Amino acid sequence: MTKPRVAIFDFADCEGCELQIANLEEELLDLLSIIDIVSFREVMKEHSDDYDIAFIEGSIMRPQDEERLRNIRGHAKILIALGACAATGCVNTLRNQWTPDEVKKEVYGTTKLNEQLFNVGPAKAINEIIPVDYYLHGCPIDRDEFKAFVTALALGKKPETPTYPVCVECKKNENICQFELGNFCLGPITRAGCKAICPTHNSPCDGCRGILKKPETDCVKDLVTRYDLTYEDLKRRCTIFNSGKEACQ
Amino acid sequence: MTTDAHIHVHHLTRVEGHGDITLDIKAGKIQQLQWQVVEAPRFFEAFVRGRHYNDLRTITSRICGICSIGHSLASLKATEDALNIKISEQTQTLRRLAINAENMQSHILHIGYLAAPDLLNTGSVIPLAGSKHHDTLLKIIQLHRLSNHMSDLICGRTTHPIRLVVGGFTAIPTPKQLTTLKENLQQALPTALDVATTLQNLQDKLPDFQRETEYIGLTHPTEYALYDGTMTSTDTGPTTENKNYQSLMKEYIVPQSTAKYAKHARASYFVGALARFNLNSTQLHPHAQDTAELFDLKAPVYNPFLNTYAQMVEFIHNIEDSQHQIDRLLTKGPKDEKPITATPKAGRGIGIVEVPRGILVHDYTLDKNGLCTKANCIIPTNQNHGNIQHDMEALVPTILHKSEKDIELTLEMLVRAYDPCISCSTHYLTVHFA
Repeated sequence: MTKPRVAIFDFADCEGCELQIANLEEELLDLLSIIDIVSFREVMKEHSDDYDIAFIEGSIMRPQDEERLRNIRGHAKILIALGACAATGCVNTLRNQWTPDEVKKEVYGTTKLNEQLFNVGPAKAINEIIPVDYYLHGCPIDRDEFKAFVTALALGKKPETPTYPVCVECKKNENICQFELGNFCLGPITRAGCKAICPTHNSPCDGCRGILKKPETDCVKDLVTRYDLTYEDLKRRCTIFNSGKEACQ
Repeated sequence: MTTDAHIHVHHLTRVEGHGDITLDIKAGKIQQLQWQVVEAPRFFEAFVRGRHYNDLRTITSRICGICSIGHSLASLKATEDALNIKISEQTQTLRRLAINAENMQSHILHIGYLAAPDLLNTGSVIPLAGSKHHDTLLKIIQLHRLSNHMSDLICGRTTHPIRLVVGGFTAIPTPKQLTTLKENLQQALPTALDVATTLQNLQDKLPDFQRETEYIGLTHPTEYALYDGTMTSTDTGPTTENKNYQSLMKEYIVPQSTAKYAKHARASYFVGALARFNLNSTQLHPHAQDTAELFDLKAPVYNPFLNTYAQMVEFIHNIEDSQHQIDRLLTKGPKDEKPITATPKAGRGIGIVEVPRGILVHDYTLDKNGLCTKANCIIPTNQNHGNIQHDMEALVPTILHKSEKDIELTLEMLVRAYDPCISCSTHYLTVHFA
């Protein structure tokens, strides 16, 4: 069996998802027995444009980034959004409520800027530009989910990701419900796969893995009534990670 | 001897973020030499406006995956300063452990995975598996895993911490977990000292380059300053108040490039492990002092390539310091404390910490409802960009006798020595094409 050739690329983001790959430690060496990593700029100098699978980390901000992304799509047989920035836009899309000119002025002041250098448009998830085959959600991604994903791809199988809410995993961990502790948790409407890591550390879910395609809206209504919450708070909570166009996909 | 060369390193590898190096030499004269940052800007300060103070930490942690604990702590300190929240002694101790864990994780990643391949003539750490350096690789992985495990234990997660919130922690480790961690740290010390010896054996691969500059960092009367301290310059001494940080970090715009740089007493300054070492080396713990001696580091050190070696010294200091912090926690508790809450009020707060790459400032203004109206973050790498450029200008004339390939590698090594975190810096450092 030939090993699939894997490339990892990054755009506008914190590179924390790539770091989760480095953080696999010895297990990364194990993964290298079933895949060949041919490009991974953050940790290696070598680069090849000959690859089967491309992982894309980061949101897209500028025309030159869109062009680079289309070029990668042209090379890759399978393309995967790696983490929230690529999958949904993550916190990057928070700035889309202002125009690029307004945010430039806020950050850089009134100094005249070279527009060629600052040609940012709205922050975008990658599927606003190219077709995406699979999504690895989360900010950051879960290392175990990444391993399972890569293993499935190397075996020529379709990787599976959960379609149920974080609450399922939270119950498995036998956590006390965050609502009972007085916190506004997004677990009921957020897709699982993180092992409910935030509630397990006694912190409400912030929804970083994206809102489920069909959330149980009755459940949300019930929670809002039962715990005397406001939809304004719900909106505030949801928009930390889910202000982008693609966030509710 | 290189008399004509065009070097363009596009998207420099083994650094966090996207940067380019351009060098043009004609008839032995440097026509152009630039360190350029080509990462897309992300505008964090603009989009945190309107957000509730409880969300600021969650959002600004996402500036950087490698130093997310540092950003979280600067953010929390700024928020708590604005709301006049006084955190408990236990929270301070736990935060010191968190900052040690991140410093260790980031430093060993840089030393082992990003910088070492240059010293061992490989393109990445991957070929070291199965080579004669296999044992060193395993030791580095072991230290990296321990550092991440420590972050997980204190913060809930190593990248984008969960337990760190305004006023305290949502959960804390048990005494048993802390005792085990202390044992693991004790066992890791000899491993770290072995890695230091390996590094020392490779030290002659570093260019013998000296350029005196200004070094800025925190100083503290009783400890090697990381979590707390007074902003201090090697040229002008301590500031009167950290609130005046802008008098020490003067931003300016390079007319031809639009890129913002920072300077103070000279054309540029240095922040990070080497700056901290130059300011505070006498406060290092004993094994860290010994390691500095092994590397023949005596403050002030003016060779920027030795920043990686100063990181190794700090790594060992962090291992020693963490054991003291754990002892403190075990003597007094740890107690189950709820995070301290506050009533929202209008105000401004400033949080300053030392993170792996240097001094970091978050500065927030909140309105009466606790919503952010103004934010400013000053990032270590941003402060170093000017110094990288000046180092390059001083370095290149001294290495023109080398081949084009070696000049390119030396320039790459110089940038890597600063361990730049470009994603961090691009919320206001910008594209800068020749």
